[in-house]
Amino acid sequence: MTSFLQNLVNAMQWGSFYALIALGYSMVYGVLMLFNFAHGDIFMVGAYIGFFVSSGLIALSALGSLVLPSWLILSITILLAMFLTSFVGMLLERVGYRPLRSAPRASAAITGLMIGIILETGNLALLGAQRYKFPALIESTTYNLGGVFITNKKILIVFVSLLLMFALHQFVQRTKWGMAMRAMAYDYIVVPLMGVPINTIALLTFALGSALAAAAGILFGIAYPVLDPYMGILYGWKAFVAAILGGRGSIIGAALAGFLLGFIEIFVAAFISSTLRDLIAYSIILLILTFRPHGFFGEAYSARLRL
Amino acid sequence: MLLSVNNLRVSYGNIKALHGINFHIDEGEIVCIIGANGAGKSTTLRAISRLIPVEKETAITYMGKDLLDYSADKVVSELGISHVPEGRRLFGNLTVMENLKLATFSRKDKQKISQDVDRVFAIFPRLKERMSQKAGTLSGGEQQMLAVGRAFMSGREVMLLDEPSMGLAPLLMRDVFIALKEINQEGTTILLVEQNARMALQFAQRGYVLETGSIVLEGVSKDLLEDPKVKRAYLGA
Ligand SMILES: Nc1ncnc2c1ncn2[C@@H]1O[C@H](COP(=O)(O)OP(=O)(O)OP(=O)(O)O)[C@@H](O)[C@H]1O
Ligand SMILES: [Mg+2]
Repeated sequence: MTSFLQNLVNAMQWGSFYALIALGYSMVYGVLMLFNFAHGDIFMVGAYIGFFVSSGLIALSALGSLVLPSWLILSITILLAMFLTSFVGMLLERVGYRPLRSAPRASAAITGLMIGIILETGNLALLGAQRYKFPALIESTTYNLGGVFITNKKILIVFVSLLLMFALHQFVQRTKWGMAMRAMAYDYIVVPLMGVPINTIALLTFALGSALAAAAGILFGIAYPVLDPYMGILYGWKAFVAAILGGRGSIIGAALAGFLLGFIEIFVAAFISSTLRDLIAYSIILLILTFRPHGFFGEAYSARLRL
Repeated sequence: MLLSVNNLRVSYGNIKALHGINFHIDEGEIVCIIGANGAGKSTTLRAISRLIPVEKETAITYMGKDLLDYSADKVVSELGISHVPEGRRLFGNLTVMENLKLATFSRKDKQKISQDVDRVFAIFPRLKERMSQKAGTLSGGEQQMLAVGRAFMSGREVMLLDEPSMGLAPLLMRDVFIALKEINQEGTTILLVEQNARMALQFAQRGYVLETGSIVLEGVSKDLLEDPKVKRAYLGA
């Protein structure tokens, strides 16, 4: 039982990363009928931006010119990195995808792949092959709850992730911007007839997804502090699986599927085999998708793209 | 002249849909364009709404402004030209109320919005009962009401209507046209496109007859209803 609970805690943390990244894939796919294959690399860029922001703040504190408590450094890092990374996402939309809005979907998909490669190798060119270590933003404490070990980091990661997911859900359900996003997911073509500037909504969609990916990057850096230009590839692909498994454009679906992926991976590793983890985990997911081809919350409709 | 369309040419790929048509609408008028399937009626409305590009010879002026300077969303939000598209195209995943609210996305006159919602519900009381129902679950007639109500919320200077009678039972159709007449009397200019020529000509003051991308006849509705060619081709007489 304790080992089950222990793995559950680990799975929650692991699932948080997938869920946060999956939301960005899911929103862009839902609103713009586009697979943004550069999204995993946005996660990487977000982690690096978080690294520079936090290192900068720590350096300022050390110099004594701006002494901040560590919780404030953490908060500023997350918020500022989300903000800055959202611009990377908007740039990606504006430069990479908008010119291809009416091109075949495959062209847009390979654009994402190419931009991903550019971001990875651009990072290498800019920062070199040396690996950066994400600064320890919080003092690690471990609590022993009846044999189950929970660190304050894990609590923070899961809490911040759930908070962001809740905020996104509220935004999409309650604001006029979110309403416009939902309308675009249903019928892309006639949205301008409502007086809605669709380019603005497209930018917003990329901004939100990228901001969440940045948050995932920082939380990931807190748990696993070594950064790598290629870190976005594998997690990106897996989060993409979660997004599709969740159902097109479904925020709750993507979040749940992200956590499910975390659970399956962790439990397969714990109870079956850690070397065969992905082999077994993704065979299970393949099987799930066979039975639910539209994903968990897949809508029966797909967006209308024609007049 | 409120809206003047000159030499409107539109192609879809290498299919020419409109071969340079000319027409105009005066303020407060109800004007109709009638024509058979594929004549180019919907294309004409889409061009005015800037949903599709026009060729470079085309000029469209609206209240002395070059309409082609405006993007599709600005035609609605800045010029006040709304469009009820062919097939209604409601957002089926949004509620009735959300469909109406979305249409006010760029409006600044917040106070006026709730008055306008009340007005829509006064014209179509059925929509009020179904306020929080998903638009996708409405009946065909209710959907048409919502489509008109949504246009009413988005822009009220000119309303472009693409076959509002489509798929409606005669009684419901009459209701919708009575509502449109009311909206017109409150100051909205209407451009109506219809296959149902009799209905359209009884409703509008003037009409144009569109055949395979060209206007072949125009005049006041009374005369068109009496025209032997119109009678033979469109009124089934
Ligand atoms: N999206 C499109 N792509 C290619 N061709 C199109 C498209 N839409 C319309 N057309 C063509 O343009 C011509 C005019 O079409 P349009 O839809 O304007 O006709 P319409 O008068 O509205 O017909 P209906 O009464 O059937 O609605 C037709 O020949 C049609 O096949
Ligand atoms: Mg048509």
